[in-house]
Amino acid sequence: MTAPLPIDQTFDTATVARVTAELDATWRERPGFWGWLTSVDHKAIGRRYIVTAFLMFIAGGLEAAIMRTQLAVPENHLLGPDRYNQLFTTHGTTMMFLFAVPMMTAMGIYFVPLMIGARNVAFPRLNAFGYWTYLVGVVFLYVSLFANTGPDTGWFAYVPLSGPAFSPGHRVDVWAQLVTFTEISALCVAVNIIVTTFKLRAPGMSLNRMPIFVWAQLVVAFMVVFAMPAVAAGSTLMLATDRAVNMHWFNPAEGGDALLWQHIFWFFGHPEVYIIFLPAMGMVTPIIETFCRRRVIGYTALVMANVATAFFAFGLWVHHMFATPIPELGQSLFTAASMVIAVPTGVQIFCWIATIWTGRARLTVPMLFILGFFFTFVNGGITGVMLASVAFDKQVHDTFFVVAHLHYVLIGGGLMPLFGAFYYWFPKVSGRLLSERLGKWHFWLFLIGVNVTFFPMHALGLDGMPRRVYTYLAPTGWGTLNFLATLGAYTIALGVLVFIVNALRSWRAGELAGDNPWDSSGLEWATSSPAPPYNFAFPIIIDSVHPLWETNVEHPVVTGLRTDRREILVTTTTDAVPESRHAAPDPSIWPLYLAGCMALLFIGSIFSPYFVLIAIGLSVFGLLGWGLQSTKKIEPELVQLPTGAMVEGA
Amino acid sequence: MTDSFRVTLVITLCALVLGCEREERRLNSQQPKGPQQMVTQVSLQPGPNVVADTEEGAFDDNAQGTTEGQILFAQMNCSGCHSNGGGGMGPPLMDDQWIYGSRPDQIFATIAEGRPNGMPAWKYKLNNQQIWQLVAYVRSLSGLTPKSARPGRDDHMNVKPAPMQTPNAKPKNSQSTTP
Amino acid sequence: MHSVFSPASAQARIVAHLWWWMFGVGMIVWLGVTLAALYAARARRGERGANGLNEVTPTVRQRTERGIATATFVTLLILLAFLAYDFTAGRALAAHPKVATTIRVTGYQWWWDVLYEDPDPSKQVETANEIHVPVGETVQFTLRGADVIHSFWAPNLNGKKDLVPGYTTALFFRADTAGVYRGQCAEFCGLQHAKMAFYVIAEPRPKFEAWLAAASTPMQPPTDPKLVYGQKVFMSSGCPLCHSISGTDARGTVGPGLSHFKSRSTIAAGTLANTRQNLTRWIQNPAAFKPGVRMPALPFKPAELDALVSYLETLK
Repeated sequence: MTAPLPIDQTFDTATVARVTAELDATWRERPGFWGWLTSVDHKAIGRRYIVTAFLMFIAGGLEAAIMRTQLAVPENHLLGPDRYNQLFTTHGTTMMFLFAVPMMTAMGIYFVPLMIGARNVAFPRLNAFGYWTYLVGVVFLYVSLFANTGPDTGWFAYVPLSGPAFSPGHRVDVWAQLVTFTEISALCVAVNIIVTTFKLRAPGMSLNRMPIFVWAQLVVAFMVVFAMPAVAAGSTLMLATDRAVNMHWFNPAEGGDALLWQHIFWFFGHPEVYIIFLPAMGMVTPIIETFCRRRVIGYTALVMANVATAFFAFGLWVHHMFATPIPELGQSLFTAASMVIAVPTGVQIFCWIATIWTGRARLTVPMLFILGFFFTFVNGGITGVMLASVAFDKQVHDTFFVVAHLHYVLIGGGLMPLFGAFYYWFPKVSGRLLSERLGKWHFWLFLIGVNVTFFPMHALGLDGMPRRVYTYLAPTGWGTLNFLATLGAYTIALGVLVFIVNALRSWRAGELAGDNPWDSSGLEWATSSPAPPYNFAFPIIIDSVHPLWETNVEHPVVTGLRTDRREILVTTTTDAVPESRHAAPDPSIWPLYLAGCMALLFIGSIFSPYFVLIAIGLSVFGLLGWGLQSTKKIEPELVQLPTGAMVEGA
Repeated sequence: MTDSFRVTLVITLCALVLGCEREERRLNSQQPKGPQQMVTQVSLQPGPNVVADTEEGAFDDNAQGTTEGQILFAQMNCSGCHSNGGGGMGPPLMDDQWIYGSRPDQIFATIAEGRPNGMPAWKYKLNNQQIWQLVAYVRSLSGLTPKSARPGRDDHMNVKPAPMQTPNAKPKNSQSTTP
Repeated sequence: MHSVFSPASAQARIVAHLWWWMFGVGMIVWLGVTLAALYAARARRGERGANGLNEVTPTVRQRTERGIATATFVTLLILLAFLAYDFTAGRALAAHPKVATTIRVTGYQWWWDVLYEDPDPSKQVETANEIHVPVGETVQFTLRGADVIHSFWAPNLNGKKDLVPGYTTALFFRADTAGVYRGQCAEFCGLQHAKMAFYVIAEPRPKFEAWLAAASTPMQPPTDPKLVYGQKVFMSSGCPLCHSISGTDARGTVGPGLSHFKSRSTIAAGTLANTRQNLTRWIQNPAAFKPGVRMPALPFKPAELDALVSYLETLK
């Protein structure tokens, strides 16, 4: 393992070698399958999240391809209504709950500690628990889908259709508990990101020197903390109890209200799409900086725009409900809010274009995806502003116009930067570069496919085609555009296939990358590719937003952290002054065990309340094990700061 | 990483082998047949006998069929005499007393052929599928069908606990020829 | 036929107008931003400074920042203009003069019940899946959802309104051009959401009145023996349990009313054209056309079915 650069010249290579060897022994995972199960390394867990979420992307994509095949011609007989309903529900649920949010937050789990110069996240076992819970959700949904118990009332599961009277069996219960698993997982990640970002930054990395990527992840983590409990209350608490134990949350005859579900769901649902979109915005900045060879213009504006977007996002949810009997005066407030949120997003776009303008763009594949992002996302943003108008929305709500809009913003604003990020950070994760040639094929197939699939859908919606229909009649005249959209869908699939081939080939045999193949400025590029288990041998002291681009400045490091046990350096929240040394947990099986208890609790609750009691009992055992493991560690030691930048411990 | 993929694949393949009868949605028009032999009170019968090949309820373990039965119960105004299962002019359906038997084919006969003192004959009004759905629902009211397939509450005023909350039951008194 | 682009009412015209403005301005903005991004990617400004980074002069930097501020300000102006236009459009849509006709529409899985309200009960007309309205007059709809949430949407005539169980909502429009306009349920309501359409027939007032008068007349009993037999088949099988025919003893409210059934252009909420052959095939096996529909396939013998269909064909 190579030492991080730059390093204080008072250390000789022998000391560095000894320290790194000891750190390697202390921080590496346990061997074999057991080691894989007990890992608390944020990079291992982040990798798992990314791979699982990408598999979910493929699954959701296959579902979409089958749906598009069914809709290619009128009155098609590939799928009946029941199968189609299960497919479109699973497509939406997979993409929103099992791919988009976990993928975006997984990028945070993997890269935030590296970017802030930390050794791990603040709560490594909670991190592992979050992943195992997410995996339980994945397996649960897909086993249910193949056992004919897949949910079939849409990813939004409106009552009364998803209530006990009109959705017999346990299909919707599967959906409700899947939401529980993904919501617990997201909260675990959010808590980790917030505390890691606030307390584990490298000394000197005050908040105004934090990378934009980290800012975006921090803002999104706060959004998760406020939004996810809403959907948990709605689905785990209200919908599940309506269905299982005769509650009347949504029963108008007994004082409940069908619209209550919509309010609670969309209070989560709208911030959810910004939870998907804002991390991608955080990925755009470093890519532009690196490939246009300049620091971004408007760092403060970008940060403020992220924060403003997050705040506004919580005030938009009724725009999903403009067709319902809500008073129009109230609806107009949400029109105004939904239009105003375009301003901070616009600020970000203008800052980026200004950065490209005053830089020298090198059109590598990540940069191509950024340009694709501008082309696609701005289109979606504009149709979004159109949809903010109540009068217009009443015509195109719940039609293919909205399908077009949502895919333009989620693919353009989420997936394009994400693919760019994959090409950009793949070398850091694997040590090898992805093929630029295949990447360009991927990009063009994807860009063309997305536009050919979704642009005609604007016209379909304006021509009267509603959403969530398993077929349509021939005289409607919707056949031609639907056929075109299906061809586009196959093109997207081809583009993604090229990417998968590229990733698999490059992982094994791609060109070796080295520490910093792109000559980027972030701290993650100051360690090896891939990073060692401890990330950095010595915490680096930071004095700017772009540490690796300040070559004429000395970068002292912090020495003295113990190498015989796992230890991390905790710094203050705003100015990142070293504050204490904290013991980090060793690998542990308790996160997996407790995730298993969660599985028993929530899946069992569908069938019998006794499972809840048993699972709680088993969980107590696991919580004791978790807690006792911690008490084997020594309390964090406060650090006395001598004059000067170096910190020496015992 | 590949380990987790393999584990997931194995679990998924196992699931493919499992069917799930409870969640089946029977949307085609295949008509399940009526019961083998009608439980008759007298040898005189109106119309030809309905003949079938099974004693088991076609929808007893099927959630959608049972819930369709719940919908039919409301639409065909069974509550007019049976009052949501509590009885009135007609006998209660939630208890464990079954005058004409609680077996699915016996209840089928009751609904299809009618019974003395006011139970109408539905056999040319509802088709076999609908009668079997009603059979499943009626049996669920007293807890005779598998719990996971029973319907939850409906969207009306809560006059009784949902069949899903009814404890499992075994029928006691029965004046039918077979218990 | 069912397009936002062909408005046939005052209300739909307001929205279409709004759409074209938003489309035009939106197109310009999108082209502007895309072209700016592409041009920026090709631009070669500034020079290599320290560490191989590209640096621009302070004047260029200042101008760039001012450019960002200007663009943001222009964005805000465009949005405020949209907002103002949307609010005026909203107010225009909310204004309506006195209402000529009130129609109560109830959404069921998967058909539309239509009731023309009248203080005199004998003049009330109940029909299904087809709505006649007078041209040039504002028609008010009272919308109720019977089971799950549906949404009433005829794109040529107005935006949609959800039919939510537990709520009574209202919608109105004034059809300006005579014609037949198709609408479809626009809120996912279960297995046959895709085949829950309806037709709005806008006709001049005299024609509308004539239709209304005919529709409120009870059906005459048949005289032809085959038709009498057909009516007997209808009455003695399960049909009256769900369907109603005025002038007969069939008073079922579970399914669509069949009074004057033959005057409608489609069967099964817009799924099939109302021809003899379609009607026969539909009655034989409804689930073949709408899998999951609650109408059962009753075991009619061929002669019974033939007579039944002949009878239904007389319900004009």
